[in-house]
Amino acid sequence: MNLASFLGAVEIGFVFGLVALGVFLSFRVLNFPDLTVDGSFPLGAAVAATLIVGGVDPYFATLAAILAGALAGLVTAFLNLRFGILHLLASILTMIALYSINLRIMGRPNVPVMNEATILSPFEGLGLAKVYLRPLLAGIVLLAAMALLARFLRSDYGLAMRATGSNARMARAQGVGTAQATYVGMALSNALVGLAGAMFTQTVGYADAGMGTGVIVVGLAAVILGEALFGSRNVVVWIIGCAAGSVLYRLAVGLALNADFLGLDSSDLNLVTAVLVAVALILPGARNPFRAMFAARR
Amino acid sequence: MRHDTMRRLIAAGVVGAAVGAAAPAEAQEAFVAVTAIVEHPVLDACRDGIRDELKAGGYEDGKNLKFVYESAQGQPGTAAQIARQFVGDNPTVIVPISTPSAQAVVAATSDIPVVFTAVTDPLGAKLVSNLEKPGGNVTGMSDLSPIAKHLELIQEITPGAKTIGVPYNPGEANAVALVDLLKSHAGAMGLTIVEAAAPKSSDVLAATQSLVGKVDVIYVPTDNTIVTALEAVIQVGIDNQLPVYAGDTDSVPRGAIAALGFNYYDVGRQTGKIVLRVLKGEKPGDIAVEGVEITELHVNPGAAAKMGVTIPEAVVKRAKMVVQ
Repeated sequence: MNLASFLGAVEIGFVFGLVALGVFLSFRVLNFPDLTVDGSFPLGAAVAATLIVGGVDPYFATLAAILAGALAGLVTAFLNLRFGILHLLASILTMIALYSINLRIMGRPNVPVMNEATILSPFEGLGLAKVYLRPLLAGIVLLAAMALLARFLRSDYGLAMRATGSNARMARAQGVGTAQATYVGMALSNALVGLAGAMFTQTVGYADAGMGTGVIVVGLAAVILGEALFGSRNVVVWIIGCAAGSVLYRLAVGLALNADFLGLDSSDLNLVTAVLVAVALILPGARNPFRAMFAARR
Repeated sequence: MRHDTMRRLIAAGVVGAAVGAAAPAEAQEAFVAVTAIVEHPVLDACRDGIRDELKAGGYEDGKNLKFVYESAQGQPGTAAQIARQFVGDNPTVIVPISTPSAQAVVAATSDIPVVFTAVTDPLGAKLVSNLEKPGGNVTGMSDLSPIAKHLELIQEITPGAKTIGVPYNPGEANAVALVDLLKSHAGAMGLTIVEAAAPKSSDVLAATQSLVGKVDVIYVPTDNTIVTALEAVIQVGIDNQLPVYAGDTDSVPRGAIAALGFNYYDVGRQTGKIVLRVLKGEKPGDIAVEGVEITELHVNPGAAAKMGVTIPEAVVKRAKMVVQ
């Protein structure tokens, strides 16, 4: 793996780190297994790409993608809370509906944004090559999202949301509006995923109806990988773990892409990636070094 | 304490291995990096055609050619990562197969030569802005079917057919481009197109069944999702005496009654010829984007009989291949 492919892996890792944060919020904080992600990621991409091609400012288009993602999360939460549809099923319904909605938004299955102005455009004149610029910008966005999320989860309202996820009855007894907390959490979660979709479409140059495939799996793998490496007792460390897990997952994919020397075929890619992630999870030693580092500071 | 050091070493090792697994830099004459969005018989045939054409042109894998192939296994994140990895590897030519792979590669580099293939609508996908003189670092070939000729063939074999059912995946850019073309040609020829959407290959059977009673024949475009589940379409055709036509000749031995098209191995061979031109020093920007050169008529009289159709003698005589 050379520098450019390393930076490429880190960049994609940062973008999917936003997905990991969203998945962390739904699966871990709210304890709401949410598969909407496979639909809200391409939704963010579709909204951003369509608006950008239509001449809208890319930053405004990205903001619209965030709002669209939040709306998708609200729909899932509404189906679950208002009508009592099982959370998993509610999210699957939203996900499959979004496939058609995304096609409607784009008007066709694929919208290229290669030659359009993107959120990267204002920085392109600064003399930094795109190879560095893209991961840098993705990193800044991810860091900002991490900081805001950490701040939020440590606020009173964030604590109420965490209580909703860990013991809803108890939380209600303490006067927490658990339904409202779930709505807000699901909207935030999918807003992050919508942002990831918008970032992704602007760095890879297109939005495609098939873009949602496997996004939830990647996000979940990043969250779990981060938990295994960093632990999960402190919410800040947990969030850092999500981002780190996403980057490590991409490095594992990068390693798998370079595994030809082991006699492996390109069709073995997903298997090799899965094995690498599993090894990182199983290795008794892979668990503690970072945890020990952070444990002292808690 | 010792344990801790061990653990740190192992963790560092995992990360280090990922960073350090460099492809050995070999001094070879040409380096061609090929990527496709997913493993698929059609896309794989295309890749094999490219490799064989390069060999015929004097570049043999492992001797004076480094031929790398990666599939994104359907994952968009991985497709983007492969594009970035290839750019980092700095090959002589990158050959992306399929629209999403081509877009990811073209967005990732503006100096490494790119020869895309198996893209139906290169203008719509914004891969090039001009087919005759693409400019820049990108050229390639389109696999657009000769739609008007397909409709003529349907009229020749089944003259009574007025409505044509088309199962397709509304999420596949290639398929949507074809359906649009079908509609624009059908009107002028007095034909009606009835669409049946199948977003996944598991939806193909139900989509095809929805056409029964509404159409006279079924036409399967070069749509990856439908072609994967072609057997489901064929079965509906046999059960309901609906002749099934295909856009690609590979589908004829599988049970379609006729196709005037190309096989993707030949598409790969033709792509290989463009790659050879680039390897010999031509600028991609000066090479016009090509359409498919070799189209062949393949017929399957046995399948036709099962669907209640007799293929006219003149058509069978003209066919390049008659499946028995």
